[in-house]
Amino acid sequence: MTVASNSIDLHKNFIEQFGIFEKELNGKSLTDFHQTRKKAIRSFEQLGMPDRKTENYKYTPITRLLKKQFNFDYASPGIPAISKAAISELLIKGLDAYNVVLINGRFSQELSNLDITLKGLEITDFKSAYESQPDLVGSYFAKYAEFDKDPFTALNTAFSLDGTFIKVKDNLVVDKPIVIYSIADSTAANWAVQPRNLIIAGKNSQASIIENYIHHGNEAAFTNTVSEIIVDENAYIDYYKLEIQGDNAYHVGNTQVYQAGKSTFNTTTISLAGSLIRNNLNVVLDDEHCEANMHGLYLLNDRQHVDNQTMVDHRKPHSYSNELYKGILGGNSTGVFNGKIYVRQDAQKTNAFQSNKNILLSDEASINTKPQLEIWADDVKCSHGATTGQLDKEQLFYLRSRGLGEQEARSLLLYAFAIDALENVKIDVLKEYIDHHISIRLNR
Amino acid sequence: MLSIKNLHASIEDKQILKGINLEVKPGEVHAIMGPNGSGKSTLASVLAGREDYEVTEGSIEFLGKDLLELEAEERAREGLFLAFQYPVEIPGVSSTNFLKTALNQIREHRGLDALDAVSFLSLMKEKIKLVEIDKSLLNRSLNEGFSGGEKKRNEIFQMAMLEPRLAVLDETDSGLDIDALKVVANGVNTLKSKDNATIVVTHYQRLLDYIVPDFVHVLYNGKIVKSGPKELALELEEKGYDWIKEAEPIH
Repeated sequence: MTVASNSIDLHKNFIEQFGIFEKELNGKSLTDFHQTRKKAIRSFEQLGMPDRKTENYKYTPITRLLKKQFNFDYASPGIPAISKAAISELLIKGLDAYNVVLINGRFSQELSNLDITLKGLEITDFKSAYESQPDLVGSYFAKYAEFDKDPFTALNTAFSLDGTFIKVKDNLVVDKPIVIYSIADSTAANWAVQPRNLIIAGKNSQASIIENYIHHGNEAAFTNTVSEIIVDENAYIDYYKLEIQGDNAYHVGNTQVYQAGKSTFNTTTISLAGSLIRNNLNVVLDDEHCEANMHGLYLLNDRQHVDNQTMVDHRKPHSYSNELYKGILGGNSTGVFNGKIYVRQDAQKTNAFQSNKNILLSDEASINTKPQLEIWADDVKCSHGATTGQLDKEQLFYLRSRGLGEQEARSLLLYAFAIDALENVKIDVLKEYIDHHISIRLNR
Repeated sequence: MLSIKNLHASIEDKQILKGINLEVKPGEVHAIMGPNGSGKSTLASVLAGREDYEVTEGSIEFLGKDLLELEAEERAREGLFLAFQYPVEIPGVSSTNFLKTALNQIREHRGLDALDAVSFLSLMKEKIKLVEIDKSLLNRSLNEGFSGGEKKRNEIFQMAMLEPRLAVLDETDSGLDIDALKVVANGVNTLKSKDNATIVVTHYQRLLDYIVPDFVHVLYNGKIVKSGPKELALELEEKGYDWIKEAEPIH
């Protein structure tokens, strides 16, 4: 049972918990890996929990909301028992995929479906990956997601224990999508669920990766996740982040992407369900001829709050990035979009585009949108823009004048507005799954 | 079929229609002509149920029902169709899906079963011929990137699909070249029957060479100032609207 307590000092609480966590590691606290955790908790100590003066969290009062819902007891969190049958209900129907199931951040061998015959594809739990290949994992872990800048990344890094490790070797085209079902089961989770994912795509490789965050149970659950994704030369990655199922989720996610030359990274972030969602997406284009396409869609209602922070860092010349985020906000919901394009002095001939479009369905709903360009090179093509409006009355009348009911006409127009954010969804079954949930939301 | 009595309508407190009377019977074609700003499009909009207009006085009866009590979609389901002067582009809404939804809503209202995909497509095929509309247009988003002529053809195509009892064509001829005009007119004429009626709203007589009206009404300053047989249109063409401006309103 969640106990609301406004007096709790989350910052102090997490630092104390780290002490308990450390003891439970039983002698493994001398490894390099653990040294990183210790650095991270020190960063967290210094950064503190964000408050209203923290610029990056200005419109997302996350500390206050977390305090309201959680007291974060750290009583040796175990993995709650979820039956195979219950899990199969949560899976994307008809999708032939490699399925990873994380329950409250812990990899479940039993529930995952990883019958891998493909040579050069490694999908395993994060814990055994760093135990069996400490040098390899150590050379990537926490090298991209900057725990000295963001308190939640610091927290996740400090408590990193389990999650998913994926490695696609050079030249390999992965035959099926890889889905990480990250399930937060609130029946046993009045603590921070902190999965850690590391995804390494080798040179000329290709893969589709879906992170599907699902909230299970009636009580609130808090997930603080970090994924580091390394896209090596000429690799091609489609990445999806879904927040679609379960209503009472609190979620902070950091997706840190590093792209080498001629690589492509397409991402689609869909936020439909959840009380509070904060998605940080940082993409670093560290060589020439990279391409990054970042799409996002959020449909909000009631008191939902979704905050998308994106950053694309053009470090070298001749790369391309394109970003489109769309939102439909009803009820008392609030949205935040903060998209930054950063073009360094070296990054001549950069093409970078960004757009954020919103429809507000009620007077009480609101969106804070802040597109930002920071350009240090002089020969670039960049654009950004944001729009916020209502449904087009003329379009609505046209549809109704042909016999469509008002509700039906509205749904049709909203769906039409939303749909181009799904342009990069290439897997048919996945598209149907997303479509299905969007339709439910729009017909409500 | 349609009985308009003493219709007054305004937009943003500006009085546009100042007492329109009009009777339309099944099988008839009525032309409403008039100079710019006379209230032609307002009349079409009020009939279709556009909410920007406020009816301040008068009544409209359509097939025995009080039209002004009905929402826009209910009017459509009862058999009223407005061909828009400026059909709006709706990106992301597929022409075909939209039309199928619309048709099945109307069929449901009439107590008919919804058409399945196969019968819908064969109906579409049949009606496409009528307006010589490029089939590939219908695979695109509704009116998106259509030329002016293509939009107007699409209106008549929708009309053919939805089979209204009363069609109101609001300046359907504007922006059409003569070939497109003939195609549109041919569509309207083919759809004409003893059970349905058409109101053609136009500024120019040109369209009436191809859609021959039974009655011509001249609208000026929110009132019908003259009504007569089809020859009235020719007279207007010859003498211009100034001639009518001096005429007394008819009651």
